[in-house]
Amino acid sequence: MRPATAPREVRLDDRLLVIDPSSEELRDGRVSELVELLRPGDLVVVNDAGTLPASFSGRTASGAAIELRLLGEEPSGAFAAVLLGEGDWRTPTEHRPAPPAVSVGETLHLRGDLHVAVVEVSKLSPRLLRVAFDHAGDALWSRLYAWGRPIQYAHVPERLDLWSVQTTYASRPVAVEMPSAGRPLRAGVLLALRRRGVALAALTHAAGVSATGDPAIDAALPLPEWFELPEETVAAIAATRARGGRVVAVGTSVVRALEGSAAKHGSPRAGRDETDLVIGPGFAPRVVDGLLTGMHERKTSHFELLAAFAPRGLLERALAHAATAGYRGHEFGDACWIAPRESRVGAYTCASVSSACASRSYSSTEL
Amino acid sequence: MDLRGKGVLVTGASRGLGRALARELARRGARVALVARDPEQLETVVEEIRAAGGEAHGIAADVGDKHAIHPIAGVAAALVGPIEVAIHDASTLGALPLRELLDTDCEDLERVLAVNLVGPFRLTKAVAGNMLVRGRGVVVFVSSDAAVSAYPRWGSYSVSKAAADHLARVLAAELDGTGVRVLAIDPGEMDTKMHADAVPDADRSQLADPADVARAVVALVADPERAPNGARLLAQSVREFARVTS
Repeated sequence: MRPATAPREVRLDDRLLVIDPSSEELRDGRVSELVELLRPGDLVVVNDAGTLPASFSGRTASGAAIELRLLGEEPSGAFAAVLLGEGDWRTPTEHRPAPPAVSVGETLHLRGDLHVAVVEVSKLSPRLLRVAFDHAGDALWSRLYAWGRPIQYAHVPERLDLWSVQTTYASRPVAVEMPSAGRPLRAGVLLALRRRGVALAALTHAAGVSATGDPAIDAALPLPEWFELPEETVAAIAATRARGGRVVAVGTSVVRALEGSAAKHGSPRAGRDETDLVIGPGFAPRVVDGLLTGMHERKTSHFELLAAFAPRGLLERALAHAATAGYRGHEFGDACWIAPRESRVGAYTCASVSSACASRSYSSTEL
Repeated sequence: MDLRGKGVLVTGASRGLGRALARELARRGARVALVARDPEQLETVVEEIRAAGGEAHGIAADVGDKHAIHPIAGVAAALVGPIEVAIHDASTLGALPLRELLDTDCEDLERVLAVNLVGPFRLTKAVAGNMLVRGRGVVVFVSSDAAVSAYPRWGSYSVSKAAADHLARVLAAELDGTGVRVLAIDPGEMDTKMHADAVPDADRSQLADPADVARAVVALVADPERAPNGARLLAQSVREFARVTS
């Protein structure tokens, strides 16, 4: 599948590949259909994380050129980060020269007047770091926006503007790559959904990077990520279940947050949490019935996650069709709809949740 | 609407009504992100609010600069959480002394529209989508008598405020029923630097104290019944004003 090579406005006649796991059928659709694909009483859950400009060019103490990509802020105020060698996004990450080794205590000098101290070097890779900035609070955040650039990859040759990597409903900047599945959800679509009686709810998931070019790190992706589930969203999910509606996740980050919370607590629980849940074939979703997502290639964690919602053979057929029909992939690409399974009213009464209960509730998924 | 713990964004917050609004919102427990161009004046207000026990964060930026908008929205949300109340108070009169429209440079009109109309539009786009998915929020456009009356020599400002009023009305119509309210509030004449710039010989004793007006404005913002979606309100004419200033 070809990648989309530039940010672009999502139009209502943009393509939407409709995948129906129950009938195992594929269909070429349009973004404008989203409103009809949902029913009154359904719930759409989005990840409202804004996208931080998380890429910083700079130099090591010895003067070597580097790029530091932030992976996310930790409760301590330190940031997880990955170090790349000289160059920029125009060179595919896997072809970038390796950065020089850095050691704990070393200061890295970033664009402008930003400096970070290396606090920890990961055992997983010498390029995976924990760093501490020399500013905090207001001063730090203003500088991050003054000097950071959105993380981007070689398939998009033009430098991205900050507004190109924000969803319509972006808020706290805790994602380092855009939660791009939500791009089709422009305000007009969201308002039409509400008029149809479809409920909307948000969670915030600090989505990390999709690739670093370091095989050891990339094999470990996605790294554990935190998320925050508002009380209202937990209540909206329960109300949707009670009325027989379906829960549709926008993007794999929403699936990971909701299923991660349910896996840990039996049902989604409000508050801040962390998930390292890996979802793939055989996983029985407890919360999410279907999803709006992007076009994901084989051998990615995103593609594996979809196999929890649709038979792998159907997904393989969908990918082959997308390639021949000219669908575009990656963050500015086309959209994909995994039709929600029919609701199971009261499934939440199983919420104390033994896995047997969960698999019985979802036996129609047949993975 | 309980403002305690809510993320609030106020532009033009380093002086006049914006400063008073930020102080009043923080006094009522909101987490306030203040936006203004001058970092030193801004920091002074931030420190005032913190000294009084409130939460305040300064973002030095120009709402008339399109590249500043997403950084404002991002930094504000990072520091105070999802923005539930956004108040567009930053305004410019344009070139001083005020002059007739036919003597107004086109570039000056463009600058006034950039700060008073297009900037608030961009910033609303950056924050109101989140209010929509969360089903609650308030966007306030600080308006003016000049938005409805045609005063000679107030042309650029008047045009920008009339357009912003209508921007608020159309946004309100589009967002009706979503839980998001869009308001235009005319604060009336106040004893501020902007007023002194516009009317240097005004009798200051006849002008309202911005702190009193801010209390009335915040009371309206917090009250969906008296400030329903789409309303254009006169802050100094409401009964609340008499109550809070008595």
